[in-house]
Amino acid sequence: MSGNPHEKLVYMANQISKFFESKPHAEGVAGIAAHINDFWEPRMRRHFFEVVDAGGAGLRPLVLEAAQTIKRPVAETV
Amino acid sequence: MKDFIIPDRDFGTPASKAKEMVTLTIDGFDVTVPAGTSIMRAAAEIGISVPKLCATDSIDAFGSCRLCLVEIEGRAGTPASCTTPVAPGLKVHTQNAKLKQLRRGVMELYISDHPLDCLTCAANGDCELQDMAGAVGLRDVRYEKGENHFEVRNTSGEVNPNWIAKDDSNPYFTYDPAKCIVCSRCVRACEEVQGTFALTIEGRGFGSRVSAGMAGDNFLSSDCVSCGACVQACPTGTLQEKSVIEIGTPERSVITTCAYCGVGCSFKAEMRGDELVRMVPYKHGKANRGHSCVKGRFAYGYAAHKDRILSPMIRDSINDPWKEVSWAEAMEFASNRMKGIIAKHGRHSVGVITSSRCTNEEAYLVQKLTRAVFRNNNTDTCARVCHSPTGYGLGQTFGTSAGTQDFDSVEETDVVILIGANPTDGHPVFASRLKKRLRKGAKLIVVDPRRIDLVDSAHIKAAHHLQLTPGTNVAVVTALAHVIVTEGLFDEEFVRTRCDWDEFQDYAEFVSDPRHSPEATQFLTGVKADELRAAARLYAKGGNGAIYYGLGVTEHSQGSTTVIGIANLAMLTGNIGRPGVGVNPLRGQNNVQGSCDMGSFPHELPGYRHVKNDSVREVFESLWGVQIDNEPGLRIPNMLDAAVEGTFKGLYCQGEDILQSDPDTKHVAAGLAAMDCVIVHDLFLNETANYAHVFFPGSSFLEKDGTFTNAERRINRVRKVMAPRQGYADWEVTQMFAQAMGANWAYTHPSQIMDEIAMLTPSFAGVSYEKLEEMGSVQWPCNEKAPEGTPLMHIDGFVRGKGKLIRTEYVATDEKTGSRFPLLLTTGRILSQYNVGAQTRRTDNVVWHDEDVLEIHPHDAEVRGVRDGQFVKLASRSGETSLRAKITDRVSPGVVYTTFHHPTTQANVITTDFSDWATNCPEYKVTAVQVSPSNGPTEWQEEYAAQAEASRRILAAE
Repeated sequence: MSGNPHEKLVYMANQISKFFESKPHAEGVAGIAAHINDFWEPRMRRHFFEVVDAGGAGLRPLVLEAAQTIKRPVAETV
Repeated sequence: MKDFIIPDRDFGTPASKAKEMVTLTIDGFDVTVPAGTSIMRAAAEIGISVPKLCATDSIDAFGSCRLCLVEIEGRAGTPASCTTPVAPGLKVHTQNAKLKQLRRGVMELYISDHPLDCLTCAANGDCELQDMAGAVGLRDVRYEKGENHFEVRNTSGEVNPNWIAKDDSNPYFTYDPAKCIVCSRCVRACEEVQGTFALTIEGRGFGSRVSAGMAGDNFLSSDCVSCGACVQACPTGTLQEKSVIEIGTPERSVITTCAYCGVGCSFKAEMRGDELVRMVPYKHGKANRGHSCVKGRFAYGYAAHKDRILSPMIRDSINDPWKEVSWAEAMEFASNRMKGIIAKHGRHSVGVITSSRCTNEEAYLVQKLTRAVFRNNNTDTCARVCHSPTGYGLGQTFGTSAGTQDFDSVEETDVVILIGANPTDGHPVFASRLKKRLRKGAKLIVVDPRRIDLVDSAHIKAAHHLQLTPGTNVAVVTALAHVIVTEGLFDEEFVRTRCDWDEFQDYAEFVSDPRHSPEATQFLTGVKADELRAAARLYAKGGNGAIYYGLGVTEHSQGSTTVIGIANLAMLTGNIGRPGVGVNPLRGQNNVQGSCDMGSFPHELPGYRHVKNDSVREVFESLWGVQIDNEPGLRIPNMLDAAVEGTFKGLYCQGEDILQSDPDTKHVAAGLAAMDCVIVHDLFLNETANYAHVFFPGSSFLEKDGTFTNAERRINRVRKVMAPRQGYADWEVTQMFAQAMGANWAYTHPSQIMDEIAMLTPSFAGVSYEKLEEMGSVQWPCNEKAPEGTPLMHIDGFVRGKGKLIRTEYVATDEKTGSRFPLLLTTGRILSQYNVGAQTRRTDNVVWHDEDVLEIHPHDAEVRGVRDGQFVKLASRSGETSLRAKITDRVSPGVVYTTFHHPTTQANVITTDFSDWATNCPEYKVTAVQVSPSNGPTEWQEEYAAQAEASRRILAAE
């Protein structure tokens, strides 16, 4: 599965999605967003949004829906 | 127990747990003890030591030596005080003319068949036979020399047929039959304490001898697991530690905690000066109750091994040889590099890995280094690769990631489900306690792809072995829940009062679907439906049900989902909140619980509080005087990805060997090679150090003060018994590095670090070194609400309030077998070796296991032309390696198994980077592989060995 960062993050997001897909729809969407917000470092979320902004190829529908409430990382402050 | 040098009273027989009290008189003194107590123990309670040889309080009374005779008014004869229970109003005499004469007669017989070489005997001064001869006033042996067991030749020079040579086969202790008094303490310790049944008494009468295994076996070739319980129980020099033979008797002892597995056994480090003579498990240790395994008791030699690095070292490039430097130079070099990286790439380009082998105080400082000095949250620990799914799963369902019970709880369990854990190898002292309970009638359900020892061994047989296909845990656990719900076996009252009823109904609807039934899932899991149904019924209705689980649960793509499923089972059946039940993760490393508690994860501060919470950060910010990042940091696999990508450049890695222990070795190596500054802080030049620029030599657990927290949340003291060989305890090294990075830390003792932890962490608020001195150990939460700690969690309510039942949909892993890789590889541990083997490979434990072998089913071996003991190539989509095959039906057809203790094998070059969906815990337990005959090491192994050798060069001192 090693490959470019985008491929890997799409895979990870879809894996998270598969767990939450068995839940009621709203809870599932919220669950994915909360999970990514809580556990993904800003660099990972930045790459994630690069995929989303390019049309979200490969992402499962629930992830795309959750992306609305996933926090966009703020610009890096040193 | 031989404790005459360092007294730790032996009461002769185990304590009675009866509630009813009985009063009697012994030698004119009144004594009140629980019913069922022996007269010997009752006497000991008031300070009267009745002479004894075959009795010791770790095993049941046996009544064979006849030395502990007493007289009881109104009763005939002279009963043995060890086997005679107390009764109300008894009047007992332990010393009178008749008893004295009888005892002297008994001792005279013993001594008539014992060599009188006391002065040169290794047990001199530490021998109960010697002490008892003195205690009974033996002054003369009237028997003439005759048939005996101790003389090599008789007076005419003929070989004595009764004499048996010393058995030196075990690397750690000797068995000298000439000194044996056949008290059976060793045999009983092997049965009752360890539960291995390797020893027996062969022959009868005068011909009775202690024997290991079958005729023709010695200690090494027998079933003996070298736990040392027999050596500890032996009252003479018959079974003797080789270290005592070599050094002499110890003169003092220090109570400390084992640095191997998550059981966290308490030991007495018995010392002479600053030389460690032996480790003896401490009987008041609440995790181990006086027992130990081969690692804890014997495998401490690594601390003095010649491979240990004692000087700091640096190098510009990983292609250079190492250069030994002073501590000051090493700190300057390391801090300049790290500062340079931060200046160029920003404060998020560096991070730390805390050690699950180091103390709480040390882990706390390392995460503080990244949060308060580097100013990011890039901290992770080896729990990432073992129990991070436990943290997530139990956190979601119960509200806290901790195991719910103490180890004593197993004594009250009726049904145990053991999932993906092999305690006889991984957590041996817990296994002994579990086996003791199983022999008393508790039932066992094993869920494991492999036939582990507990499925069927001496006096133990599992009621059910659900031998599932690797990767189908969620399907099996959900099917168990399906049976419990659809057959109405759940505890409705518990669910109504302790969980959310609406959530239960949602969950019940989910699991009741026929697709989760054992009949539907059996084709997938390989577990027969009727067997699974029977197991579910037994767990739900068999009395106190407890679940113990290990890395076979967590190290999967769905590790977190299985943990949730396990919590669901416990809640459904009401098996939470009292002794004998619960959900018990068996933790891998000695302080993996502690390192998680200490805030080693990148998303949470000490005490499991998310960095996004302003109120939590404020508490730390006000004490540390810096602003803390409110975003989660990188986890280990994310650090490596970021390194390959070029945004993560510097790492301080304490007491952890990610190159050997983490999956997909090539990816780890690529990540490390891409960094500009890798600081390894360890005892040895480990595999990760092949890619390091700075090496800080570490100190062993014998050389520092601190605390470890074991799998039952028990905080145990680690005590310094000798000075650090390289000059500094690890916490001091981290502090020097932080100071070089500009921090104003000024701790002078680890107790001050613990005080800071207590100040900042509500669940540790009541913890201090004073409390630990006073109580011995304490289980967190320990605070105002629970000043003495918390042995059992969730008694009246869950930490999160209501327990949460969560749907657990089975999602097959993407690591699938196919025509190229038709077999499933799963990995595990062996008793004698520990984790990556850095410690145990540097001890005599290698006599039991000096290489990793591949277990393969006879059928799979035959079709591939693989012979037992032959080298085979093991290949996966990630890489290939070679090792020897062991043909066995412990694994099912289609499944192969190996350990990961040896760097020459590097089993992790095979494992993939698939990981748990929630925590990125790697999927070690499922890899699709192919096996084929081979001539020897693969090209990759040869390259790796050459690179490792080159990178370990050290320039000769100038």
